[in-house]
Amino acid sequence: MIDSIRGQNLLTLNDLSRDAIVEVLDTAESFVEVNRRTIKKVPALKGRVVASLFFEESTRTRLSFETAAKRLSADVLSLAVASSSVKKGESLRDTIATIDALGIDAVVLRHQSSGAALQVSRYVPHVRVINAGDGLHQHPTQGLLDAFTVRQVLSERAGINAADSGAELFDGLRVLIVGDIRHSRVARSDIAAYSSLGCEVRVAAPGTLLPADVENWPVRVVNDFDEALEWADVVGLLRLQRERGSGSFVPSLGEFTRSFGLTLERTQRLRPTAIVMHPGPMNRGVEIDSRVADLPCAVIERQVSNGVPIRMAVLYLTVAGSNEGVV
Amino acid sequence: MSSFLLRGGLVVGPVTSQVADVLVVDGRIVAVDAEIAAPSGCEVVDASGCWVGPGFVDLHTHLREPGREEAETIESGALAGAVGGYTALVAMPNTEPALDNVALVSYVLDRGVRTPLDIAVAGAITQGRRGENLAPLAEMAELGVRLFSDDGTGVQDPSLMRRALTYARPLGVRLAQHCEDELLAAGGSMNEGAVSGRLGLVGRPALAEELMVLRDIELVALTGGAVHFMHLSTARSLHLVREAQQRGLPISFEVAPHHFTLDETCCEGFDPIFKVHPPLRPRADVDALREALRTGAVETVASDHAPHAPELKDLPFDEAPAGMLGLEYAASLTCEALGVDPDAHVFFSVLSREPARIAQLRHVDSRVRHSGHGGAVIEGEHANLVVFDPLATWTARNEDLHSRASNSPYDGRSMTGRVRATLAKGELVVSGGVLV
Repeated sequence: MIDSIRGQNLLTLNDLSRDAIVEVLDTAESFVEVNRRTIKKVPALKGRVVASLFFEESTRTRLSFETAAKRLSADVLSLAVASSSVKKGESLRDTIATIDALGIDAVVLRHQSSGAALQVSRYVPHVRVINAGDGLHQHPTQGLLDAFTVRQVLSERAGINAADSGAELFDGLRVLIVGDIRHSRVARSDIAAYSSLGCEVRVAAPGTLLPADVENWPVRVVNDFDEALEWADVVGLLRLQRERGSGSFVPSLGEFTRSFGLTLERTQRLRPTAIVMHPGPMNRGVEIDSRVADLPCAVIERQVSNGVPIRMAVLYLTVAGSNEGVV
Repeated sequence: MSSFLLRGGLVVGPVTSQVADVLVVDGRIVAVDAEIAAPSGCEVVDASGCWVGPGFVDLHTHLREPGREEAETIESGALAGAVGGYTALVAMPNTEPALDNVALVSYVLDRGVRTPLDIAVAGAITQGRRGENLAPLAEMAELGVRLFSDDGTGVQDPSLMRRALTYARPLGVRLAQHCEDELLAAGGSMNEGAVSGRLGLVGRPALAEELMVLRDIELVALTGGAVHFMHLSTARSLHLVREAQQRGLPISFEVAPHHFTLDETCCEGFDPIFKVHPPLRPRADVDALREALRTGAVETVASDHAPHAPELKDLPFDEAPAGMLGLEYAASLTCEALGVDPDAHVFFSVLSREPARIAQLRHVDSRVRHSGHGGAVIEGEHANLVVFDPLATWTARNEDLHSRASNSPYDGRSMTGRVRATLAKGELVVSGGVLV
């Protein structure tokens, strides 16, 4: 267990303690204010170089990380895979070595293979590696920003300062994660974060979209999705990973939607205080009804906004490693 | 030629053992007796404290030549084998191109003759190992090939496997099967279980192996053709095969050292060095294999020596090729798994005598130009011998490997038992643990 990510890599949420997660959330709170300023910039990482390597397509995560790095005054090296030598057959190790030779402090890595971020961290032990999503494995900053968003909403409702609330708002919180758990790195990171923070986590999915070893996960599998909707404080929907072949794990998208989609009709079952989340990009009409995405209980855009302070906090803690010079 | 005197070792026979000297002259054992006087010009090898037995025979070596010479050649693989105590290797046919015809098999046999060891060849079962049409098994058998395999993958189509067995039976050859149903294995890269789900790696279920084992046992029963089950990795596979042997079916099998030394948790660091097919299994299977070895329930140990160029093992886990080195450590790992006070008879049985029987290498075959292996250490036998120190402790180091590749999962591991000398084709190839 890691009790703080200061000066560490961020590769997975599986080995982060509650304290380590709360530290990131609290640090992110301090950066929320920066994002409201006219001049949205602090000198925390001035002179530091962050390389953003996205071997897999992404718009929001990449933009979010690069925005976060720039707001911390870091220089950003951005490698677009299409224009890189990866297309010419260069290995991951050589690509990293080349970027490293330019002089960098951190790598933000998105890769289609599980474990790629850990492998890269072995190639460049002197560089901080931040996993921006690796295969089906982990998407740590998404897990953190989801927890951050939940704490933000609950603390506003309670009229308390989120940064002072620690993990108490998560204690016994009922979280339901729905959909393609098997192929979702977001689910793996969300479940790790929520369970470390003290939530009760349940999952709902067709049998084929549950991981084969779900009995070893810190979750309960619900049989009745509709009943579980009445139970949940937080409903986390997942993107059906059609690009990873999830389509063949269910007979049809229509049947998936009828069984596990959050339709407008199903929202009747939600508790009045329930929060609906989705990491995006959404398959509107598949896992979530278009109209549901626009209901007040859905905090999807807020998740996107919170991506920036969370990634600022992660970059700041992993790269700067100390409190000096903040804000 | 030359003469060697192996002095003062425990000569391990199929049944009994005795401390004795072994005199080798011109490729044959000429005397086994207490206190033999060294003839003039004879090289004396100190075997005190060691076991002296038949050189090891590997039923499962990937020599990579032709096609992947950057990873291994027939020559480098033979030297790695000699250091590991082997005197004969069966080269797998998943080269590029595959060894699926007489010309290619002859090429490997010719190259093999120039190495210090005897190199036998397993021919491909199907053309190009594509699993569609039978390769010319009879022509290759005529050349002396006694094992056939599509290893890398198994023959997936049950109808084709049935046909291959029916065709092979009158030829007196055996089909060595890599048991994994590829559709059920679903392109996975490690064992399906508690670790794979957490790591987000697609799993290869144990059932993918066991179903094909079960299928082929019944195909053997149906056709009477002989099968050798390669690298069995689960307790259940072992149980199924042992049960089938008790039914009297013509079945043999091997286990690989990595499956009885490493478990699926090795994959947690996403290091492709630990990627292998069938995959590393849960601890319970590893323990079951070790227990089977200790109790003499394992028929043979084969290395599944699978060299890969370093850049290929630098790929992400799911993209990297499967396989790891095995020749240089297989005997030590087997000795360790046999426990304290290891049984020397079991040791030579699983590493030499049974593999030699299965590969039909016990007797000289002039067509494939090999000498006899896996026999008793008695006057008149060919001098394919190993001197093994069961008590030596040492540390495996990748920089000490003789293979061209370095994808060994054992770098830095403590080892028990070490090859002190290897005599192959009547010549001393390894002495004092190093190549002569």
